[in-house]
Amino acid sequence: MSDERPRAEAARDRDVPGDREAQVLERIERARHRKARVREERINLSHGAGGKATHTLIEAVFMEAFRNPLLEPLEDGAIVDGFAFTTDSFVVTPLFFPGGTIGDLAVNGTVNDLAMCGARPRHLSAGFILEEGFPIADLRRITETMAAAAEKAGVQIVTGDTKVVQRGKGDGCYINTAGIGVLDRETRLSVSAARPGDVVIVSGPIGEHGITIMLARGELDIEADLTSDTAPLSALTGLLLDACPDGQVRFLRDATRGGVATILNEMAEASKVSVVLEEDAVPVKTAVRGACELLGIDPLYVACEGRMVAVVAGPAADTALAALRSHPLGADAAVVGRIGEDPPGLVLLRTAFGGTRIVDVLVGDPLPRIC
Amino acid sequence: MRFVDEYRDAQKAQALAAKIASLCEPGRHYKFMEVCGGHTHTIYKHGLEDYLPETITLVHGPGCPVCVIPMGRVDDAIHIAEQPGVIMTSFGDMMRVPGGHGSFFDSMAQGADIRMVYSPLDALKVARQNPDSQVVFMAIGFETTAPSTAMTVLRAKAEEIENFSIFCNHVTIIPAIKAILDSPDLRLDGFIGPGHVSTVIGCRPYEFIARDYGKPLVTAGFEPLDVLQSIYMILLQLVEGRSEVENQYSRVVPYDGNRRALTAINEVMELRPYFEWRGLGFISHSALRVRERYAAFDAERIFEVPGGRVADPKACQCGEVLKGVLKPWECKVFGTACTPETPIGTCMVSSEGACAAYYNYGRFARERVKEATTR
Repeated sequence: MSDERPRAEAARDRDVPGDREAQVLERIERARHRKARVREERINLSHGAGGKATHTLIEAVFMEAFRNPLLEPLEDGAIVDGFAFTTDSFVVTPLFFPGGTIGDLAVNGTVNDLAMCGARPRHLSAGFILEEGFPIADLRRITETMAAAAEKAGVQIVTGDTKVVQRGKGDGCYINTAGIGVLDRETRLSVSAARPGDVVIVSGPIGEHGITIMLARGELDIEADLTSDTAPLSALTGLLLDACPDGQVRFLRDATRGGVATILNEMAEASKVSVVLEEDAVPVKTAVRGACELLGIDPLYVACEGRMVAVVAGPAADTALAALRSHPLGADAAVVGRIGEDPPGLVLLRTAFGGTRIVDVLVGDPLPRIC
Repeated sequence: MRFVDEYRDAQKAQALAAKIASLCEPGRHYKFMEVCGGHTHTIYKHGLEDYLPETITLVHGPGCPVCVIPMGRVDDAIHIAEQPGVIMTSFGDMMRVPGGHGSFFDSMAQGADIRMVYSPLDALKVARQNPDSQVVFMAIGFETTAPSTAMTVLRAKAEEIENFSIFCNHVTIIPAIKAILDSPDLRLDGFIGPGHVSTVIGCRPYEFIARDYGKPLVTAGFEPLDVLQSIYMILLQLVEGRSEVENQYSRVVPYDGNRRALTAINEVMELRPYFEWRGLGFISHSALRVRERYAAFDAERIFEVPGGRVADPKACQCGEVLKGVLKPWECKVFGTACTPETPIGTCMVSSEGACAAYYNYGRFARERVKEATTR
């Protein structure tokens, strides 16, 4: 140790990495590329939050068991014989919230996953897991919103399933939906298709759904005039893909769990590109920003249910924006960043204050902070 | 947004940055510690270091309350949570902090009833709603959160709520700063003083730092311009050969603190003879416990607490990293025994801790990030 100190100090003063530092960094890099391993012995809530813990669970358990070429890209849906095929489960509390119900989410969530594959959503299944004692009137309210959402999105619910669990073994109502959509466009979208020079677009203000749900749970004594952004995005993706054909749209993803930040990290990693976001350009409603400030949460990680991220070739940016803005759901669409080459896999943010920071993937849900 | 954007003005930041650069003596390196975890968050969130010359290094201090809780105390809390009929309540950022045998989240997965609350009063509400359960509040934090814990105990007493108690882990900032100052190999030139803590204790308790140790301290607010201005004020003191306690956050911090809050703390709590800090070891008179006369609200007295101690491995050098003596990668266990998934010391527990940040992003030299973000 004694003979290493002066060198370490010298390295520090020159502000260049010393040999030992390089060795340490190399060791970390090796550890980073080791196979994903679940450390926990039991499932905890982080495993469902869409961040690092979810990713590790998928890699180490599900991918390990089910590995096949259709599953491996881990897109929002699989592409099978000219169809897009996807599934999603909904366990939201409360079941009814400003701007929607679990039923809206169940239809729009699957419709959006199909739309993000570039498909025209067609048919949905709906599976219900109901708790003993759940009011039929509430179930009716949910199915009515599902029917309305399906009509709005132009899909039909064509098959389903019902199970009832004992009181205390469910949260009233859980819904699973699966869906298929027709892929009748040439464009193939992929999480690994982003290229340097592309731009990142979000289709509207972010974080409204997540904050609405947090406030609707009534645990925070905060009130705000906010409603969920839940909406079907298939009309919007249709307009975008028609306006920017021939592969100019590289990647689409609805910014649900984990928010915009998590999606962009997945994309940067898969495409081996960097992302530079402009904090000033990211549309966030004042009420969402205010709630996030109070709770110490970054809106970039807050879930949306009717907003998407689009990565589009640089020259097509204006056309893409115009197409999105021609639809009410895309009225506030904005270019929020651009794709670069270096450092690959990293999402950077130029803050409104004029600094820069790295936008990492969270382990689990963003937690309110006291410090 | 009003009252926020004013304190994040990039033009004002540039002007301040220019003044800061002009005060730096050529060839001299400066190390300033921001004591408070909230300041670390501000610096990180807004990318504030981009405004500082390379000769100024900010050292992240011991003021992140969840990071300094030793593993043994987390295990004790989990032990309490796992007793039949107990509902444990906790702030959100405590949920993922690992003890010797996992975190609150892991304990929930094993069946413990642990609920996230946003204030101790919410925990009291849980107690009112669940009269058949024992509701315990995991009380953590510096003098910032101690008054609200104390007030909650006072209210519980007034309302004669019998199924509520606190597991008291409140710590005090001054002994921690003193422990750092007493280190023979200290290399800090000044302190960015805590903001929220100071709203309670005021600025007077810091005076010994300037008087006896000759280090400037500026109590700072939590917006990025607050922090930049505080750095400017510290530098100005150094240039003018002064070492004083100054108050940049006077819009919130009264120099003499908040007497009512201090009275509440003093009514309910007393100093422990000593307390262990994760990564820093035992520091005498550095934490609070519930006074005898409020024993009915003290989880440590109500429950059998194992009081086990999970020793920080000898090799952990958090103390040196905190004092600015070592860089994260120079610590013996960095990246081997101590990683973000298996953190040993406080610097690795918080994602903004010096070691965790370095583990995740050390490979990206600052210049590379700068180049990528320059148009």
